[in-house]
Amino acid sequence: MSDAILKMESISKSFDGKEILKDFDLEIGRNEFVTLLGPSGCGKSTILRIIGGFVKPDAGRVLFEGRDITALPPEKRNINTVFQKYSLFPHMTVGENIAFGLKLKKKSPEYIREKIDYALKLVNMEGYEHRNPESLSGGQQQRVAIARAIVNEPQVLLLDEPLGALDLKLRRVMQRELIKIKQEVGITFLYVTHDQEEALMMSDRILVMNKGIVQQEGNSKSIYDEPQNAFVADFIGDSNIIGGIMVRDRLVRIQGVEIPCVDEGFGNETPVDVVIRPEDLEIVSPENGYLRGQVQSVIFKGAYYEIKVESKGYEWMIQSVDPAPVGETVGLTIDPDNIQIMHKPVSADEEVIRDE
Amino acid sequence: MVKKLKDHLARIYIGIIALILYAPIVVLIVLSFNDSRSRVTWGGFTFDWYVKLFSNRQIKEALVTTLLLALGSALIAVLVGVPGAVGIHAMKQKNYKLFMVLTNIPMLNADIVTGIALMLWFVHFIPLGFGSILLAHITFNIPYVILSVMPRLQQMNVSIYEATRDLGAGPVYSFFKIILPQLSGGIISGFFMAFTMSMDDFVITYFTKGAGVNTLSTMIYGEIRKGIKPEMYALSTLIFLIVLIILTVVNKVSGQRQKAKYHVDY
Repeated sequence: MSDAILKMESISKSFDGKEILKDFDLEIGRNEFVTLLGPSGCGKSTILRIIGGFVKPDAGRVLFEGRDITALPPEKRNINTVFQKYSLFPHMTVGENIAFGLKLKKKSPEYIREKIDYALKLVNMEGYEHRNPESLSGGQQQRVAIARAIVNEPQVLLLDEPLGALDLKLRRVMQRELIKIKQEVGITFLYVTHDQEEALMMSDRILVMNKGIVQQEGNSKSIYDEPQNAFVADFIGDSNIIGGIMVRDRLVRIQGVEIPCVDEGFGNETPVDVVIRPEDLEIVSPENGYLRGQVQSVIFKGAYYEIKVESKGYEWMIQSVDPAPVGETVGLTIDPDNIQIMHKPVSADEEVIRDE
Repeated sequence: MVKKLKDHLARIYIGIIALILYAPIVVLIVLSFNDSRSRVTWGGFTFDWYVKLFSNRQIKEALVTTLLLALGSALIAVLVGVPGAVGIHAMKQKNYKLFMVLTNIPMLNADIVTGIALMLWFVHFIPLGFGSILLAHITFNIPYVILSVMPRLQQMNVSIYEATRDLGAGPVYSFFKIILPQLSGGIISGFFMAFTMSMDDFVITYFTKGAGVNTLSTMIYGEIRKGIKPEMYALSTLIFLIVLIILTVVNKVSGQRQKAKYHVDY
C-alpha cells in the first residue's frame, strides 16, 4: 500500500513478562475502515493503545504520515479515540464535552459553536447540547463520545469496542450509523472488536488476530468464505471443521468418502482441515448424499433451523430453512465450491479456541 | 395484630438503644444550661456558663489553637493525601494492597502508641509545641483523606483521564480540570473528617504538645483534674455541636454525590 497514513513496524510489547505482541507490523491506508478482530487478550486493544499513545511499545516504531511518533504523548498526536467504556466528563454538559478539545486548541467561540452543532447533527443528537452525560442512555453517550472525537478533525479515528456495552439491536443501528459517519467525514477508522458480525458488516479490511499474530487479512467476503486456518474458520461464524485427506488436486476424502472440491496445490494424500459452513450443507435422501448420518436434534432459530446430524462420530451442524425429523437417517451433500481446505495448524495460535 | 406488636417492639428496642447511646450527652447538654453547680438538682435555665466560658482567656486561647490545628492539619493532610491516593491507586495490585494496609495502620493503631512514638521522635528533632502537635495531627489525618478519596478514584473510569489526553490535554491540565473536580466530593468529606478527628483528638495531642500549649481537649482534661466546673459542660456541648454539624454536612454532601453517581438510565 503506497498511500499508508499509519504504519507499525516490528512492534513488541509485554505486560508483566507476558508477551502480547511480537514483531507486529501493520499498515493502514488513507480513508480505510480497518478492523482488528479477535478474542479478548489477542493484543488488538494493545495495538490501538500504542497508536493512541497510551502504551509505549518495548520495541518497534509507529509512523504517522511517515513521521516517527512512537515517543509522542497522546495529546501531541493527530489521532483521536472513542473508548470502550463511557468516557464522557460527567461534570460537563454534552456541549462542553464536545468543546473540550477545541478549547484546548484555542479555537474561536464561533468556530466551536459551529462545530458542536455540526457534530451533534452528524451523530443524530441535535438538541442534547445542554444535557448532562449521566442522563443519557449508553448509545447516546457513545454518540457524544464519537462527536467529541470527530470535531478535532483527526486523520485517524481509533474505536476501541465502542459498541461493546450496548444491546444487540442498538448495536446494529449504531453500526449503520458509524458507516454513515465514516463516509461523511472521510477519515481513516481503525476499529477494534471481538464481534465478528460487526467486523464483517462495517470493514473495508479485516485483520483476524489471535495471540498477537494476524491469522488472516482481507475483506469481509474473503475472510468468511476462505478462512485460512481453523482458528479463523471457527472464530468467524459457525463452522464444521473436520480432518480430511487431500487425495489430489480437487479431490478430498472426508470420513472415508471422496468428495470433489475446488482447492489445489496441497499435494497428494496430505492431511488437511476441511471447513464447511453450516448453511452450505444440504440434507438429501440417504442414497443421494456424500455422507450419511442420523438427525440428532433440530432447533428453530428464527430465520432457519439448526440441525445436528451425526455421522461416524462427527456431529455436523446444518442450517436449513426446512426441518428434518429427529432420528431419521439422512444424506448430506455439498457443492465443490463450498468446501474450504486448510493446512493443519502449525502453531497454537492457529488452532480453534476451546472452552475450558 | 402480631405484626403491629412486632413493629412496636422494634421501635421500643431502637428507642432504648438510642437512649443508652445519647443519654449521657443529653445530660451533659442539659447541665450546661443548669443554673446550679450541682449535678443532680435543676436550678433553672441559664447561659451563664457560656458567658463565663467566653470570658475565660485560657479557654479562648485553647479554642483558637484547636481550630488552627484542625484547619491546618486537615488542609495539609488533603494536600498530601490526595496526590498520595492518586499515586496508590495507580500502583500495581500488590503494592496497592500493601500501601492500603500501611494507610490503615495509623487509624487502627492505639492512639497511645502513636502518641508516645511521635513524642519520642519529636523530642529529638523539634521543640514540642504547636508545631509538633500540627505534625502529629497531619500524620493521623492523612489516612482519612486517602480513604475518603480512594473510592472516588475507583469509581472513576480510567478512560476519562485517557480521553482528556487524547483530546489534547497535558497531564497537569487533565488532573486539575477533569480528575480533581470528580474527586471533589471525596476531598471535601476527607477534609472535614480530618478536621473533626483533629478536634476530637486528646491522647496524641497530650503526648506531643509540650508545656504551655493546650487544645480544648487537653485543657478540659487539665481543668477537670482540679475539679469539674460547669463551664466545661458548656464547652463540651459546643464541641459536640460543632462536630455534629460538620458530620451532617459531610453526610449530606457525599450522599448527594453518591446519588448522582448511580443515576444511570439505559
